[in-house]
Amino acid sequence: MWRDDLRGMFYIALKDLRAYYLKPPNISWGILFPFAFVLAFAIRNPGELRDLVPGLLALTLLFGTSSMEAIVIVFERRTGALERLLLAPLRLSALLAGKLLGGMAFGLTVTAAVLAIALAAFGVGSVNWPLLILALLLSAAAFSALGAFVSVAVREVFEAQTLANFIRFPMMFLGGIFVPLGSMSPALRVVACLLPLTYAVEALRAAMDGRVTSATALDLAVLAAFAVVLFGAAVRTLARHIE
Amino acid sequence: MPDVIQVAQLTKHYPGARGAPPVRAVDGIEFAVRKGEVFGFLGPNGAGKTTTVRMLTGLTRPTAGSARILGFDLATEVTQIKKRIGVVPETSNLYDELSAFDNLVFSMQLYGVPRRERRARAEELLARFRLSEKRDVPFAQLSRGMKRALTVAAALAHRPPLLFLDEPTTGLDVMSARSLRGMIADLRREGVTVFLTTHYLEEAERLCDRIALIVQGRIVALDTVDGLKARLPARPAVEATLADGNGRIAMLRFEGRSVEEATQAALAQAAAEGRQVVALNTPRPTLEDVFVYLTGLSAEVMLAEKGKT
Repeated sequence: MWRDDLRGMFYIALKDLRAYYLKPPNISWGILFPFAFVLAFAIRNPGELRDLVPGLLALTLLFGTSSMEAIVIVFERRTGALERLLLAPLRLSALLAGKLLGGMAFGLTVTAAVLAIALAAFGVGSVNWPLLILALLLSAAAFSALGAFVSVAVREVFEAQTLANFIRFPMMFLGGIFVPLGSMSPALRVVACLLPLTYAVEALRAAMDGRVTSATALDLAVLAAFAVVLFGAAVRTLARHIE
Repeated sequence: MPDVIQVAQLTKHYPGARGAPPVRAVDGIEFAVRKGEVFGFLGPNGAGKTTTVRMLTGLTRPTAGSARILGFDLATEVTQIKKRIGVVPETSNLYDELSAFDNLVFSMQLYGVPRRERRARAEELLARFRLSEKRDVPFAQLSRGMKRALTVAAALAHRPPLLFLDEPTTGLDVMSARSLRGMIADLRREGVTVFLTTHYLEEAERLCDRIALIVQGRIVALDTVDGLKARLPARPAVEATLADGNGRIAMLRFEGRSVEEATQAALAQAAAEGRQVVALNTPRPTLEDVFVYLTGLSAEVMLAEKGKT
């Protein structure tokens, strides 16, 4: 059973990457979009460009993992292709985990490209590599699970895009990328604490600066919790759809 | 021969809309499918054919009842069943973005066909379904008939002993439908058990060893084609082709207590109208006659309802 599930996950992720993710427009869009946002911010605040790198990485991951994933499942449901996966000898959780892995792989690939550019521009400095890798993996899992949940919660592709943007855009401005958490009003800070992006930015900032605190462990734990809860919700929702 | 599918009291109810009573899509059906046969599941649109296939292939859970497929319990061993069946759904649903070859390889990857066998098996299937020239063409760019053939090929990629075909020829042109029927006949010769749902009476008559007739979620008859026809009450009749002096042709049916009496009636009418009898045939009952007799529905209902979807 586990062998079937693991094999299915791997090949579903691989198929999604080939069929949907690794197309030139996706790759360029995945990199350009976060850069455009950060550049717009940096033009106003040129001295703070280096401080924006953790936020840029988190933003690239958020859009890289969730943009296509929020569409893929609902698209395959519309064309009937998802039924092929539902007929395959693997559990529903393995099917969705395959989708999750595809989103993660793409998000991490474009983020690695952005990271390489950032490191070339600002130097490696005091980066804590194990923490950086862990933070990137957990953030990618949380964002990818968010994309999967959005995709199974709706019936049409345009609904998926609307819902994903409804969640992501406020998160982008409240996640501590452009406005530090300390500068926010108490009410907005409470909202920020409910967003996975906030924890991703904090964990990535700690990793880039090489300053690990007890709060960093909490950030990682919350990201893992987001990934598990959103993935569980996606599995339950999809199971309800096919009853 | 052992049964590869055994179904007992299989039921699927869907909740009714806004307080309406539940919809009984499938209502306590029972049947068995023997190894190596083409088993037809025939009925008008909305009769419960696709719901039955969805339950037997693990896509939806039955409300009640049980089924054993290839010796495995549908309720507890659905993964074991999925490993051993091939399914061709009503819509050709391979991946538009992948080539014909890659679609076949992906199917094999999902079903655990060893890596060393995949390439050869994919080439073999492409050749068998006359798609070798389209090997590297994306699925989206194939004709409807080719898409259907490739969908069947993908369902066979892991060599399942049992194949479910849901309305395989719906929407195909005459040549593609004919070619697909030939493929189904070949599968039967190779010993693959085929569970075929269709609303085409002629197709069922030509391909199936036995046929279950389902109407409104219930099986109203299950037998061989000849067995079903034998249920019709004997009504001796002849079909006469008559021609008048201007060469106009008309075909008329005459019934009587015997074939002789029906023939006499045909000859008498021809003489009375000054027409010539060009041909006389004793018609054999068709599955359409059986369908009309057993269901009380006109055979056109099947096609007319299908046309609405």
